[in-house]
Amino acid sequence: MSAAALISIILIIYLHKTLKDSPDAPPWVRYLRFAWIPLMILSFTFESMKVRSIFDFIWIGLMLFLLSFILKRREFSNSRSLLVAVLPLAILSFITAFLNVWNFEIIEKINSYIEIAYPFAFIWLGAYLIIYRKQKKTLAKERQKLEEEERLNKVIAARKDELENLVTERTAEITKQKEELQNTLVELTATQGQLIHSEKMASLGELTAGIAHEIQNPLNFVNNFSDVNTELIAEMEEAIRQGNIEEVKAIANDIRDNNSKITHHGKRADAIVKGMLQHSRTSTGQKEPTDINALADEYLRLAYHGLRAKDKSFNTSYETHLDPQLPKINVIPQDFGRVILNLFNNAFYAVAERKKKEATGYKPNVILTTRRIRDQIEIVVADNGGGIPHNILDKIFQPFFTTKPTGQGTGLGLSLSYDIVTKGHGGNLRVETQEGEGTKFIISIPLRQNAQTQA
Amino acid sequence: MKILVVDDELDMQTLFEQRFRREIRSHEMDFAFAHSGEEALSFLKTHVHEAVLILSDINMPGMSGLELLKEIKGNFHEPPPVVMMITAYGDPENYNQAIKLGADDFLTKPIDFTVLKDKLKSIH
Repeated sequence: MSAAALISIILIIYLHKTLKDSPDAPPWVRYLRFAWIPLMILSFTFESMKVRSIFDFIWIGLMLFLLSFILKRREFSNSRSLLVAVLPLAILSFITAFLNVWNFEIIEKINSYIEIAYPFAFIWLGAYLIIYRKQKKTLAKERQKLEEEERLNKVIAARKDELENLVTERTAEITKQKEELQNTLVELTATQGQLIHSEKMASLGELTAGIAHEIQNPLNFVNNFSDVNTELIAEMEEAIRQGNIEEVKAIANDIRDNNSKITHHGKRADAIVKGMLQHSRTSTGQKEPTDINALADEYLRLAYHGLRAKDKSFNTSYETHLDPQLPKINVIPQDFGRVILNLFNNAFYAVAERKKKEATGYKPNVILTTRRIRDQIEIVVADNGGGIPHNILDKIFQPFFTTKPTGQGTGLGLSLSYDIVTKGHGGNLRVETQEGEGTKFIISIPLRQNAQTQA
Repeated sequence: MKILVVDDELDMQTLFEQRFRREIRSHEMDFAFAHSGEEALSFLKTHVHEAVLILSDINMPGMSGLELLKEIKGNFHEPPPVVMMITAYGDPENYNQAIKLGADDFLTKPIDFTVLKDKLKSIH
């Protein structure tokens, strides 16, 4: 069998193997599957014939055709090494074929060299084929690995996209929620402001009737004493005309006394109006030395008369035990007044409620006490109302907690009072209560207030 | 004529004494003063039939003027004294309640003494 035939068969097998799945392969490639069998037979048949040199050329022609075909196809672009593998054998078969045509003496010698070269060429071919197979396998493996990696990358990319979408979705959701919460917070803050304001106005409303009463009384004196004085002056003139000096002196004395009463009651009305204005004004936050006795007494009367005006059946006695030695302390008068007023309103409400339940034998009473205890002053508002039930005692300072019927209490009074006393004045507001006995609210304010307790 | 003035405002006494000084001097009128409803009642108990006219404030700590009015009109049968209410609250509710309880008249603060004097004289 000639080398060219062998190469042709190898090439055909290889060609078929590579191209059988290629879509644009020429149709004859399909018939190459078993082509190696007839070629084999043909090759051996030619071998036995004497004219083998002619057939050698046919083989070479076939071989060249196959080689050129392979070189042109892109499928074989990475298997040029195959060509290198068959190259020595192809050259040898070429030479042999030519040498067989010219049978010269010298050629005989060359021929023997060629004969020796043949095995080397075969070894070369075999080695190359082995290397080629190995390379192909490695390549296939690598390709597979690459494909696997690519597939994995695709999966990862898909997952990543999915996750990113999810994150975007969630972020949008959270942002929306955050915005909603922020809006709610803004609304709540506004509502809180309104509630604090309405609480203030509500307590002022409770005051108005008391204020009317408290102003009418001093006005009564101012008007009438000044009228009296006018009359007295006329009488005095009469006495002067009569020369009754004793009478003149007596009348002058009366006029002076009356005038001091006018001044006293004028100031009283003034203080009430000022107190009311102060109460309705926004707190300046400015602390000033304040006479707690006067402030507490004024609000006690305002609260009392206010309730009295609103509820005709309301009736209670009140007492004051004010320490005349009480030093002035630094408080924000508007804020502090609100606290005291709130405690009085609560106390009067408590005794009024108890009165409604116990018609006979109960004498409602509210006691205001001021005293100095070492370096603190205490303001105690005590009532003999129904007391605070144990189960709600820890709730009374909570905002919006109220025992009053809906719409009657804001539930902010004690909560605000607590803040004003503790945060605003560095003091303490505590409660002592006994069910069925009464309640005591005790405000204590340190005499020496340091800078950090400023509101 | 004996008149009992009931008011928790202490200066009310001075004011009445000054305003009616001529009547007091001429013993035309005689004034007594009480500073609470309770005080007024105990005065009335010890001075039966003495006071023919009572002028009472409504808004007082403890017993209110209206309660006092109720007591007087309910318990002092023979002949019940004339009671005039004087209050800083001129609202209809107070007025109606006072009249319902038997008040003979109703005045608001600041007191117009000219009007009061006329009323007192017309009773006499």
